[in-house]
Amino acid sequence: MALDPQVWREMGLTDSEYDKIVEILGRQPNYVEVGIFAVMWSEHCSYKTSRPALKTLPTDGPAILQGPGENAGIVDIGDGQAVVFKIESHNHPSAIEPYQGAATGVGGILRDIFTMGARPIAVLDSLRFGYLDNPRVRYLFDGVVAGISGYGNCIGVPTVGGEVYFADSYEDNCLVNVMCVGLIDQKDIKKGLAAGIGNPVMVVGAKTGRDGIHGATFASEELSEEAAERRPAVQVGDPFMEKLLLEACLEVIKTGYVVGIQDMGAAGLTSSSCEMASRAGTGLEMDLALVPRREEGMTPYELMLSESQERMLLVVEKGTEEKVQEIFAKWDLDAVVVGQVTGDGILRLKEGSRVVAEIPAKALTEEAPVYHRPTQVPAYLEEVQNFPLDSLNMPQDYNEVLMKLLASPNIASKEYAYKQYDYMVGLNTVVTPGSDAAVLRVKGTRKGIAMTTDCNGRYCYLNPKTGAAIAVAEAARNLVCSGAKPLAVTNCLNFGNPEKPEVMWTIWQCIEGMAEACRALETPVTGGNVSLYNETKGNAVYPTPTIGMVGLVEDLDKVCTQGFKQEGDVVFLLGENLPEFGGSEYLKVYFGLEKGSCPSLNLELEKTVQQFVLGEIRSGLIKSAHDCSEGGLAVALAECCISGGIGADITMVRRFRGDALLFGESQSRIVISVAGNNVVELVKKLVDAGVPYTQLGNVGGDSLIFNVVNPGCTGCGGNLVNLPVKTMEETWRGAIPCLMK
Amino acid sequence: MKFGVVVFPGSNCDADCLHAIQTVTGQPAEYIWHKSGSVDGFDCIVLPGGFSYGDYLRCGAVARFSPVMTPVIEFAQRGGLVMGICNGFQVLTEAGLLPGALHRNKNLQFLCHDTYLRVENNTTPYTCLAAEGQVIKVPIAHGEGNYFADPETLRQLEENKQVLFRYCDPQGEITPAANPNGSLNNIAGICNQQGNVLGMMPHPERCAEAVLGNTDGQLIFQSLLDFWQRRCG
Repeated sequence: MALDPQVWREMGLTDSEYDKIVEILGRQPNYVEVGIFAVMWSEHCSYKTSRPALKTLPTDGPAILQGPGENAGIVDIGDGQAVVFKIESHNHPSAIEPYQGAATGVGGILRDIFTMGARPIAVLDSLRFGYLDNPRVRYLFDGVVAGISGYGNCIGVPTVGGEVYFADSYEDNCLVNVMCVGLIDQKDIKKGLAAGIGNPVMVVGAKTGRDGIHGATFASEELSEEAAERRPAVQVGDPFMEKLLLEACLEVIKTGYVVGIQDMGAAGLTSSSCEMASRAGTGLEMDLALVPRREEGMTPYELMLSESQERMLLVVEKGTEEKVQEIFAKWDLDAVVVGQVTGDGILRLKEGSRVVAEIPAKALTEEAPVYHRPTQVPAYLEEVQNFPLDSLNMPQDYNEVLMKLLASPNIASKEYAYKQYDYMVGLNTVVTPGSDAAVLRVKGTRKGIAMTTDCNGRYCYLNPKTGAAIAVAEAARNLVCSGAKPLAVTNCLNFGNPEKPEVMWTIWQCIEGMAEACRALETPVTGGNVSLYNETKGNAVYPTPTIGMVGLVEDLDKVCTQGFKQEGDVVFLLGENLPEFGGSEYLKVYFGLEKGSCPSLNLELEKTVQQFVLGEIRSGLIKSAHDCSEGGLAVALAECCISGGIGADITMVRRFRGDALLFGESQSRIVISVAGNNVVELVKKLVDAGVPYTQLGNVGGDSLIFNVVNPGCTGCGGNLVNLPVKTMEETWRGAIPCLMK
Repeated sequence: MKFGVVVFPGSNCDADCLHAIQTVTGQPAEYIWHKSGSVDGFDCIVLPGGFSYGDYLRCGAVARFSPVMTPVIEFAQRGGLVMGICNGFQVLTEAGLLPGALHRNKNLQFLCHDTYLRVENNTTPYTCLAAEGQVIKVPIAHGEGNYFADPETLRQLEENKQVLFRYCDPQGEITPAANPNGSLNNIAGICNQQGNVLGMMPHPERCAEAVLGNTDGQLIFQSLLDFWQRRCG
């Protein structure tokens, strides 16, 4: 009997998608089958809109052990070890229920890492909110931070870094992107494969309840006024359960009994079972009556679509079931055989002896629809890019501007958030939150792993292609400033409704820019996550293609931080100052404008600067390094002073607008300091390497002093900034706590 | 000297404690599973930080009923060295081995940052290498470290010199501003009347290696070893 069209439409399937299902099955699907197709073909699970663009990203490289398509990417760090990492969004749930939304975001990404057999060693969060003068934004910000803190601290994985940006476009639709990094011996790597016909399939971990049903579908729609009614689609996390699951899974993986393992994340039992079968080219047969549950009367439909947290699906060697169960029993966890691997490629679900669904596994994954949606250049671009920035008056008081920038929540210290995170548990955190990148040691070696997340959504709004390329370049620059060689990328693509041609155009542009930068900087993409429909009341968030990047520190003795180190050290700026300040935080804070194009990016120059800095950190010549980003050179210098607890005396030649010089956000610039007796050597090396540079001045005193000289213009030069480091620090540290009061 | 680190379900500083003890003291250290019925053969028992049993109900309230706590309590009552860090401190108060309780932090938020501690009594097994009034920098990471006791208990603690560590500023001054969580009398760590049971909220295991940028925590582990080998205390 055919279903009422209302049924599949409410589940998010179009009529033509329904027709495709009928064609694949050669019959009308039943209710359970439609539900399964609806979640697997949702944007969230199928990437049906973004897949054509994603395919253009570079994914191969000498260090890549696992690219896109698995639960997480894997990159070689030598000595038979590897780093497993991935970023994922939990935007929609966090906008409705910030604590649980963010908490389960952490829980989900942790499982993606330990399902590969790796022990998670760090979490980073890339967060976007509206401005904090709005009480609901403060509620979201506090709730998200508390959720990350509540889950991450309890499970005992340190939250070591990330970023927080504030802009109006995120007011109703905050973004919560969570990245996890794990460490593994390459011989222990496990994949999500349901291989070996006749091997038993086990459900382990928490019992299944009715929470989160159709969460993946919910994440594939715009957030509406009625979204609060969707609270049941938000899952509830139990970090204690996850800690037990983590330890039990890693213990069982060590035994060698596990053939394949996958987290039950979005679309729960449905996605884990059909993806594992599809990857292995097998089928799965499961009796849903055997699935441990915490509520009575659950239907097959509910069991398949539940997104109850802290569960895993395992395929183990036949005959080892009892030994596997013993390990889970030690951790007081369920581990129940619910079915077996078959050779017919069919996902066959039963309730006792009654078959309730039969679907070819690949129909749910590889045969999901792909849409080449129309694109169109957004009308606003011409207006913002052609805004006459040169007509703006220059400020009279540069001290005041710098203090305003240091108080802007986009630049101010994020200590309010990260002091709520346990960033030290695990005894690996060598560079703690607040520097350009976090660095964790690898115990028993001299190596360190550096990690960062980056994306300036405003840049991507003003110029999607260059903005996305800058996100990659800046992430790499952050790693280089810590003394690490950038290795690979994971990305989290947050956009609005792709059915709007302007949004689709922006997605393509961002991916093009990202691909170009990843190729140039030799940092392939190993996977990630796409979050679309980030819209409320028809307004999309700023395009936010967040980049997560990991790098390798070869020798922990050569880790570098941003703070100035010693009186008498000499400060240099590497890279070029350009007369540009479009898209800058200065423009927003001082003029209230988000206009112009974003800064330009020359990837050749970027690479040259980065290679030089990495080389000279490793040689020991460079004592401090800090990327120039939001707030420009003046803010970068202020941060070097604050972190180092010491002042600096800077003099520069002014060749264009003073505000662009101090606060413009030209890319590919790094502020470094070296010992006074190494200046000659440094300059020789800079010239040899063809790196543009400017000698800025000296470290010392209690204040940041910034003078300009203006050749050919008597009286144009003079002192622009003279601020005590202590004053700057108080403002920079106090800004967010003050807004949260 | 053989150390045992108890592993409750939800402990997450167990591996850190084991690592720090082995690194600093060079002595053997092993895990003790919470279902174990004996602590025989160990000379010092460490209850590590974390969220035992998810800290559900109340921090440490469930862990105190773990099978291992029966022999741990007997061991402590016989004068054995028992050290609780963070969640371990909470378990020790719940188990009645130490007086008082740990409330939620005054600002109701989890807090992770360095604190300065003044060593208030350097005659115990845990502090015997410290100079009197020595200031050490040790990080905290907790949501419920706000030490509370009734006035009479507090008076006795002070009178018996059972307060071993107090939050202070870098110069060693005991000030309200240096108190991160609202603890009475800036208390960061106490011992029992006999001095063999220590509970402290800050994490010495997190600052015991140069690569992590701070080695002040070594003092406590090194004191324990020296005490055991009768070189101090």
